[in-house]
Amino acid sequence: MSDVEAITALGDPVRRRVYDYVVAQDHEVGRAEAADAAGIQRTLAAFHLDRLADAGLLDVVFRRPPGRSGPGAGRPAKLYRRSAVDHVVSLPPRDYGTPAALLAEVVESLGAEGDLERVARRHGRTAGESAEGGVEEVLARQGYEPYRADGAAGVVRMRNCPFHAVAREFPPLVCGMNLALVEGLLEGMGETELRARMRARPGECCVEITSKNNDD
Amino acid sequence: MTDHHLAQLNVGRLRHPLDTAEAAGFVTGLEPINALADNSPGFVWRLVDEEGRDATAIRPYGDDMIVNLSVWESFQALWDFTYRSDHLEYIRRRREWFTRMAEPFTVLWWVPAGHLPSVEEALSRLTRLREAGPAPEAFTFRHRYEPDGALAATGSAT
Repeated sequence: MSDVEAITALGDPVRRRVYDYVVAQDHEVGRAEAADAAGIQRTLAAFHLDRLADAGLLDVVFRRPPGRSGPGAGRPAKLYRRSAVDHVVSLPPRDYGTPAALLAEVVESLGAEGDLERVARRHGRTAGESAEGGVEEVLARQGYEPYRADGAAGVVRMRNCPFHAVAREFPPLVCGMNLALVEGLLEGMGETELRARMRARPGECCVEITSKNNDD
Repeated sequence: MTDHHLAQLNVGRLRHPLDTAEAAGFVTGLEPINALADNSPGFVWRLVDEEGRDATAIRPYGDDMIVNLSVWESFQALWDFTYRSDHLEYIRRRREWFTRMAEPFTVLWWVPAGHLPSVEEALSRLTRLREAGPAPEAFTFRHRYEPDGALAATGSAT
């Protein structure tokens, strides 16, 4: 279930009341307690609790209440607590493209492309140092959609430019930044046999990755 | 659109003369990149000097300024060559060979198909852009117009 759907599950005011109560407690909450807190029937409370669990907003645990154990304690109660998973939805929609374009224009007008590339390389290196998995896996997670180019052994190209909107407006600036980011990423990952180079093609990322001894 | 072609002029002030070691990276790129342009889809024409290979001997703005003047079938064709080919790497490295200019140094304008603009025509378009900003008669990659004078939507090239 998506983050938006999870948040949408809170649209019902009664269900919201149940949720607010459960997440505010320092203990796991059963249906009877939730029903009392929300002023509703236990069956209705159970319904809302299960919907919240389905949406990923609450976790479910089965536990016997404290002080009741051993034979005759009955079966474990179904209890609810705040989900361990974060749900992030930004509303209203945020516009990062406009500030990116304005900043890009300033960098270009200052002739500060070299500074941008230095910062990008450092950023890429830091990301590479903590990255887990192979190069293609890491690039895929960053949205590059890497693939092995046909007929070119060891050449990795990328179908998607994660910075497309601003790259389209400031191609040399953003493509230079992107090259530095990928170079830094390879450095940070310790991929000393690989190198990134500028190979812009229509509809794809401007950078490709190749083996260092591949000098075509 | 087929009755119009897109003309393009850009000028650059050299940091070092073309026969110096500092300019070698640029000079060695001239032949392959010009060949790439000549073979690009939608390429129509580019200005060459008397030697016939490139336009580096044409210096209308003085000894340290070189010009590049070409015509393309469409905006997309010019865009793909300029920014989506191996030419991009030379633009990225332009500061190694050219000084930064505060004024616009690239101008685009539509010409009737078949018309090859003169250097004088091109320079007057650049002057117009510098004096009055982008307009249908003289515009830029980022702020451009269709042949009918309508402002093109940003992001219509890919």
